[in-house]
Amino acid sequence: MIAMQEILTSIDVGLIFGVVSIGIYLTFRTINFADLTCDGSFALGSAVSATLIVNGVNPYLASVVSLVSGGAAGFLTGILNIKFKIADLLAGIIVAFMLYSVNLRIMNNAPNITLADEGVLFPGTNTSLAIFTIILFLVLIIVYLLFSRFGLKLRAVGYNRQFAVISGINTNLMTIAGVSISNALIALGGSLFSQYQGFCDISQGFGSLVIGLTSVIIGEKIFSFRKEPLIIVSCVFGSILYRVFINVALHGSTFGIGTQDLNLLTGFMTIGALLIRKRCRNA
Amino acid sequence: MLELKDVSVGNILRGLNMVIGRGEYVLITGENGAGKTTLFNTISGIIKPDSGRIILSGMDITELPPHKRSVWISSVLQDPRIGTIGEMTIAENLYLASMRRNSMKRNDIAFFKDKLSVLEMNLEDRLNEKVRNLSGGQRQALSLVMATIADYELLLLDEITASLDPKNSSTIMNLVNKIDRDKGKTCLAITHDTDRIESFRGGRLSLSNGEVVKS
Repeated sequence: MIAMQEILTSIDVGLIFGVVSIGIYLTFRTINFADLTCDGSFALGSAVSATLIVNGVNPYLASVVSLVSGGAAGFLTGILNIKFKIADLLAGIIVAFMLYSVNLRIMNNAPNITLADEGVLFPGTNTSLAIFTIILFLVLIIVYLLFSRFGLKLRAVGYNRQFAVISGINTNLMTIAGVSISNALIALGGSLFSQYQGFCDISQGFGSLVIGLTSVIIGEKIFSFRKEPLIIVSCVFGSILYRVFINVALHGSTFGIGTQDLNLLTGFMTIGALLIRKRCRNA
Repeated sequence: MLELKDVSVGNILRGLNMVIGRGEYVLITGENGAGKTTLFNTISGIIKPDSGRIILSGMDITELPPHKRSVWISSVLQDPRIGTIGEMTIAENLYLASMRRNSMKRNDIAFFKDKLSVLEMNLEDRLNEKVRNLSGGQRQALSLVMATIADYELLLLDEITASLDPKNSSTIMNLVNKIDRDKGKTCLAITHDTDRIESFRGGRLSLSNGEVVKS
């Protein structure tokens, strides 16, 4: 039987990955840019904040620096796509691939860093409340951003690039900005996750794109919100539901499912969510 | 005033020369493949000419990217689904269109309602409705309002009745003819279907073999 504490842990992790989901939503849905930088930028955020924290930097400042570093990674992907005309998918793959080495350099060639004895954002008491407050704050900022003058232009680029061009919107600039903001959020997710877990690992980012995308799809499918602010919230809900489902599934010992089956389970969930979407569209 | 000097684009436009005076309304006709859309895209900046210059009101805009040209050039596209954003509301579409000129920072509902009331389609009462719920004719009419909501030097109309039925075509042409011509704005419309755009008030030119001749 799954314990209440484990459900709460799933919600905490789901909330943290909600930031990643929002980042992925911004690229894949808002600006229609298939960005695969995510796995690299998630680990980058984790590596940057962990390295800074063990070197005595304030965890809040470390989180902000990881946010900026993720933004820089996204900026590079955007530049490769816009200025060097490299396809979005390939540009993201190249940057994520390069980030593995960059992350190892940042971590001083160590594959992992422990934060067990360091001052982190979530010291142990009121962790859930702290996470909820941070995520709520971020959601409000993103919703405000999307409905600002800038956000309207950003959405216009994703919905209808040709219209955006004739409407005087610098689509290149908006694309780079969108990918940068997205990866900044993903890196922040990585930073929060490593601080929550108490360690940073070089392979922490693997699969974060699929997990984030699955969360976006689950959120869209289950809540079916049509208004932009609620869609952003649905990304977070989708992420929480994903974590709870995975936790419940991993505890379903009757099926013989173990942690080694996590990727398989995630893959099935993604396929399932995509098929449900397709069936609903065809209906 | 719009002036094209020896503008060439591949084998489609070959050393095209054309002058449209300030305040003039001109309709360019031509068969399919005559180069009308290429001409539209070259003036709006989507296509960069191989050679030649494009001068608008004394400014050489040849090297300007399309988003910078849109400060002076306003366009209505053939397909209203591309000329508007279906996923956004009417108000959001109008707000986006009003941003074309940085000096325009209007999110003024009363202003939008006033602009839409000219259409006589009751769109002013549906400002918060998604544009995808509108008919093709209503979307094209909205597109026309969006093109003229902010100040402009040149209005480009690309086959604006091509995707509409005769009734809606007539409505759109009436709206085009209603555009205030007292402000010295230049308008260039292109079409292959002269019947639907017959009521267009202005001069006529013909595009044939990549060159413009008087029709």
